[in-house]
Amino acid sequence: MQYQIVENSPIAPGVFLLDLAGDTSAVKAPGQFAQLQIPGFYLRRPISICDWDESGMTLIYKAVGQGTEALSRMQPGDTLDALNGLGNGYDVTRCGNHPLVIGGGVGIPPLYALTKALIAAGREPAVILGFNKAEEIFLLEEFEDLGVPVSVTTADGSFGQKGFVTDAMKEKDERYVFACGPLPMLKAVCKKSACPTGQYSLEERMACGFGACMGCTIQTKNGPKRVCKDGPVFRKEELTW
Amino acid sequence: MVNLSVNLCGLTLDNPVIPASGCFGYGKEFAEYYDINILGSFSFKGTTRQQRFGNPTPRIAEAPAGMLNAVGLQNPGVEHVISHELPEMKRYFHKPVIANVSGFSVDEYVETCAMLDAEEQVGIIEVNISCPNVHGGGMAFGTSPDSAAAVTKAVKAAVKKPVFIKLSPNVTDIVSIARACEEAGADGLSLINTLLGMRVDLKTHKPILANGMGGLSGPAVLPVALRMVYQVYKAVKIPLMGMGGVSCARDVIEMMLCGAAAVQVGAANLVHPCACKEIIEQLPVEMEKLGIRSLQEIIGGAHA
Repeated sequence: MQYQIVENSPIAPGVFLLDLAGDTSAVKAPGQFAQLQIPGFYLRRPISICDWDESGMTLIYKAVGQGTEALSRMQPGDTLDALNGLGNGYDVTRCGNHPLVIGGGVGIPPLYALTKALIAAGREPAVILGFNKAEEIFLLEEFEDLGVPVSVTTADGSFGQKGFVTDAMKEKDERYVFACGPLPMLKAVCKKSACPTGQYSLEERMACGFGACMGCTIQTKNGPKRVCKDGPVFRKEELTW
Repeated sequence: MVNLSVNLCGLTLDNPVIPASGCFGYGKEFAEYYDINILGSFSFKGTTRQQRFGNPTPRIAEAPAGMLNAVGLQNPGVEHVISHELPEMKRYFHKPVIANVSGFSVDEYVETCAMLDAEEQVGIIEVNISCPNVHGGGMAFGTSPDSAAAVTKAVKAAVKKPVFIKLSPNVTDIVSIARACEEAGADGLSLINTLLGMRVDLKTHKPILANGMGGLSGPAVLPVALRMVYQVYKAVKIPLMGMGGVSCARDVIEMMLCGAAAVQVGAANLVHPCACKEIIEQLPVEMEKLGIRSLQEIIGGAHA
């Protein structure tokens, strides 16, 4: 599927917001991702979907390597080939009325559409966003504009509460958790949460992104699972942490 | 009207395009993108006697015009393949399929091949003696003519269906191994498997792949594959399935001119899920342009 770049601009150091116009009918749930073909690179790059409507979608990515750096130099008007609506995404139907949405760094973007979906489903989510420092904060206003309580933690204390996202959780926090972020953060949240279930979105290096190559397999309590196809969202009960 | 069909050990394929093992799973994910019954056939995920988790991640790395993988033969084991994957496959693929088999001993190869040989969906057994990503098996058999012949002979004695031996390019003389397999009774040869390679993460100074090394595939390896198919075609009489970096209809024709009777497509499927569909649709167009009436007739055409 072809997409046209509407906007591709930095919103924090090394972090870019990419607005794409095109067919989003394949996107079914928050937490799904797109596989972008960046000109000059063989493998596609998986990027989570921050938000979408019928005419296009917003992705937020960090330029971490040659591929995403090349992507960051692409201009409005350029076209991108993408496979869309990949992965399972979050399930907002089974989470109680007061879920906790927890994101760290570039794990935060898919939680924006998730929070909107939770509100639309009549839930009252609370959001915790973790960053390293104040200058790296992005999407905070957008989350606040949704009218939900948002707590921010920074590792160096330059904004919000000093510490990690787990420091903004309650002791024996029984709220249902939706999380996305770096693996150490996910493990810490999973350990601290007193809720026996929850949905955690994982990340792996991928080739295909649609379940064919077995490049992103992780071990779970239910056997080997593909992060791209069986995930990226996994239930706490399945995780081996 | 051009003719795309080819004959492979008595099996007539509608066209020579066959997704390669490890790049197509059991076909299910691709059936979501197109009707995979348009394929000549496909070679399903490499199967071993016991289930295997494979290697730790990262298993994948980017390469110039290609990719590295070190999946390590993740598969649910032959019994599960027979009890679950093949019956499920029957619902969306109605042609004879190619069963790709790996092993860690001659006995294991024989046992797994014999079990799959008994399945009526299986048209061809493809014996992988060339996987670069597992230790103590796989490629070890494919790197010497004697061990390649030993596996071939033992498997041939145990199965009825045509046996193709999948060869490694990571050897000094692929021709001597091809000849040894032919003498041991192989019905055909598949080549090439991936080329052993590696990448290093400049931030951590460590290999990107958890396994350290992995197999290079994609357009980068096409000329190597063409050369090896050309050399082997000259040396043996049995049919070849050529593969390595094939991405478009013109690559298929080039591979057949070098001597391939059928052509497998690997990495391209992972980047473009409709790659094989597009190749099959484009083949008649390219044949018309080039004045080719029948693909069967061009096999080995690059040879004097």
